[in-house]
Amino acid sequence: MSPIAELVGVSKRFPGVLALDNVSITLARGEVHALVGENGAGKSTLIKLLTGVYTPDAGEIRYAGRPVSFRRPLDAQAAGISTIYQEVNLLPRMSVASNLYLGREPRGRFGLIDHRRMYADAAALLSQYGIDVDVRAPLQSLGLGAQQMVALARAVSVDARVVIMDEPTSSLEPREVDTLFRVVRDLRGQGVAIMYVSHRLDELYRICDRVTVLRDGRVVHTGPLAELDRLRLVSLMLGRDVAEVRRHGLTRFSESHTAAAGEPVLRVRDLTRRHVLSGVSFDVRPGEVTGLGGLLGSGRSETAKAIVGALPVERGEVTVAGRRLRRLSPAAAIRAGISLLPEDRKAEGIIPELSVRENIVLAAMPRLSRVGVVSRAQQDRVVDLFMKRLRIKAASPDQKVSELSGGNQQKVLLARWLCLNPKVLLLDEPTRGIDVGAKAEVQQLIDDLAQEGLAVVLISSDLEELVEGADRIVVLHAGAVVDELAGDDVSESHLMAAVAHDGEAPE
Amino acid sequence: MADTHPAPTATPGRTERAAALVQRHGALAVLLLGAAVATGAFPSFGTLDNTHNIAIQSSFLAIVALGMTFVIISGGIDLSVGSVFALGGVLAAYASRWGLLPALLLPLAVCGLIGAVNGVLVARTRMPAFIVTLAGLLGARGLLLAITHEGSDTFLVPKGSAFATLGQGTLVGFGYPVYIALAVFGLGGLVLRRTRTGQSLFAVGGSEDAASLMGLPVARIKITVYLLSGLLAGLAGALNAARLSSGVTILGVGLELDAIAAVVIGGTLLVGGAGTLSGTLCGVLLLGVIQNVINQIGSLNSSYQSVVSGAFLIVVVVAQTYLGRTQRIR
Repeated sequence: MSPIAELVGVSKRFPGVLALDNVSITLARGEVHALVGENGAGKSTLIKLLTGVYTPDAGEIRYAGRPVSFRRPLDAQAAGISTIYQEVNLLPRMSVASNLYLGREPRGRFGLIDHRRMYADAAALLSQYGIDVDVRAPLQSLGLGAQQMVALARAVSVDARVVIMDEPTSSLEPREVDTLFRVVRDLRGQGVAIMYVSHRLDELYRICDRVTVLRDGRVVHTGPLAELDRLRLVSLMLGRDVAEVRRHGLTRFSESHTAAAGEPVLRVRDLTRRHVLSGVSFDVRPGEVTGLGGLLGSGRSETAKAIVGALPVERGEVTVAGRRLRRLSPAAAIRAGISLLPEDRKAEGIIPELSVRENIVLAAMPRLSRVGVVSRAQQDRVVDLFMKRLRIKAASPDQKVSELSGGNQQKVLLARWLCLNPKVLLLDEPTRGIDVGAKAEVQQLIDDLAQEGLAVVLISSDLEELVEGADRIVVLHAGAVVDELAGDDVSESHLMAAVAHDGEAPE
Repeated sequence: MADTHPAPTATPGRTERAAALVQRHGALAVLLLGAAVATGAFPSFGTLDNTHNIAIQSSFLAIVALGMTFVIISGGIDLSVGSVFALGGVLAAYASRWGLLPALLLPLAVCGLIGAVNGVLVARTRMPAFIVTLAGLLGARGLLLAITHEGSDTFLVPKGSAFATLGQGTLVGFGYPVYIALAVFGLGGLVLRRTRTGQSLFAVGGSEDAASLMGLPVARIKITVYLLSGLLAGLAGALNAARLSSGVTILGVGLELDAIAAVVIGGTLLVGGAGTLSGTLCGVLLLGVIQNVINQIGSLNSSYQSVVSGAFLIVVVVAQTYLGRTQRIR
């Protein structure tokens, strides 16, 4: 296999950190190369070097046998390196077809864009990916999974010789993942080199040929993936020894919570919104982790949003500790003691330009202030407490949140809600897109919080996480509760069966 | 999406489509309604003469608002256009002694340069457009005052010259500037919808990160829109000077705000990424009709025009926000 792209002894330094330290990696034609590592290991930096967002401080990037220096993303793209990102980076208001062809629209007479041809091409292209949508419709009218496929179709259709995929499946349903993998295999067959970045180990083993493990900016292992078992891979990523990983398991949840007893602290009744939710009802008891299961689009996140009043409902009531909320609104929910850690931390959670301190105390501001004046001393105490407790890795409380890794950003968000002293904590995909180490820490934390008597609602598309983390799972399908698993029924096989619901076997 | 698991958001609902429709054609509907009511209420409103009047009075703002639409779609704002408009007029009047071509080229060159400087500063230094073009507003106004010695020098356009005809001549009743405005709108529409640059404009305004990750030349596009905005403001200023036969220093104060109002009333999102030229044209005409009607009432102080326009602006922005929300809920 001949190399198409290589990094040779590349280093990249940012103020205060050496993000990549003498890293070499080779991408061969026709291989799917897994790039793994904890957040902060240098994966994003490596990707950005390959795609022309950053330039290396030392070392060389070689492409098709020649040293190259990409000064901007356009250069890398023109050379044949395409990237699809974790968060869909497309234009929601523009048409599906425009999103596919922006910057390289088919042109007819006088150099004007030939819309008819563009629509026809777009429809033909997407049908290869098993997507049948109105290509004239704005992208935002599509589900997240379909949007991700559009991003992929765009990346691949530019005659790419190298395709970099950064967490491409984080918002896909199992069915869509299968389609994605089919496309990936096709590409590999055509001699395209694929760099595949994912935290989902199952997927790596399904699709990848070789693996490179990064840790703290250095390559700690590179070689065929099949020769490396899961445990060994995890221990390489974490830098911990295999026996220790085995002892703790892959997730950090304890067996179950005995504290769960007594009256439900959260009662949800008949939440209904046309096309989205139909009569969702369930109870959550203190000291218990209640899972919300279901496929993407089944109404999990919508349920959580409706409970905290972020999604208007036509009908339904929420009762917290025996008191019914008269009106569902975020402010009322916070007052009643419900906190939601939202799914999309970029858009709905962190405020990147503010510091760690400001992000943490944001929601607690009314409590930490007297007649509108914020007590700095009290703030410091709270921030210090939670930074220690959640082990938030930041240079100081004044560091900008945008400079932290994904896992630490998630912890900052968690701290924001915890310092409100909630009775009920809703967690929507709390470990999505964060590295294995931070994931374990967050899981441990969820566990501890439940032990301490907090009522936790956990939403996760990671079945393993849901099954190990939750004491009880409420299964949703098409916006309605279809099943409730408790006790011994909380297992992956039962959950799969319940999620598939209408007798259709999960793929 | 698998058909066995219909996701609630897979197809746009009827409300969503209606919302999109209103957002796109709301200004046109209000314009037609307003014109119909005014025609019924004031016999003098619907006359051919009055129509010519509204058209010519709106044509200058229309040309300025066209450039503003481009800037706003790209996610920016251009506060300098009022001053640039006035500067363009004075430069055109000054150069009109040498003939038609200099009278157009001098203001276009200078105003284009101001626009380009705005664009480079916004695109390269990443300073907020608000600040950069505010500086442009002050700078152009200062330059104007310096040229005219605080407004004490007035440059006149030679009577009967080709340049004067450009501003004052008519074809089937409508002044030449009306046709010029329509021509630039036609051209602008073509650029916006049918060229890569035009489409990239929407991308840059929609999400600058996404646009640059898609490999679009973000900086070049931004510089282009500010350049265009400067050129169009200069052109409008020159045409206005030709019509008035002189370069008037005090013109164009607050014109940038009228232009922004027209663009927003026309359904272009102030945050960028969406908008139409036909909407802007309707917005401009709507402002023109409001002004005209208030003049017709006569007894009403003409300052109330701003009050009514302002009220319209609020209604539109509230409607936009509301409609935007219906479209986005998932």
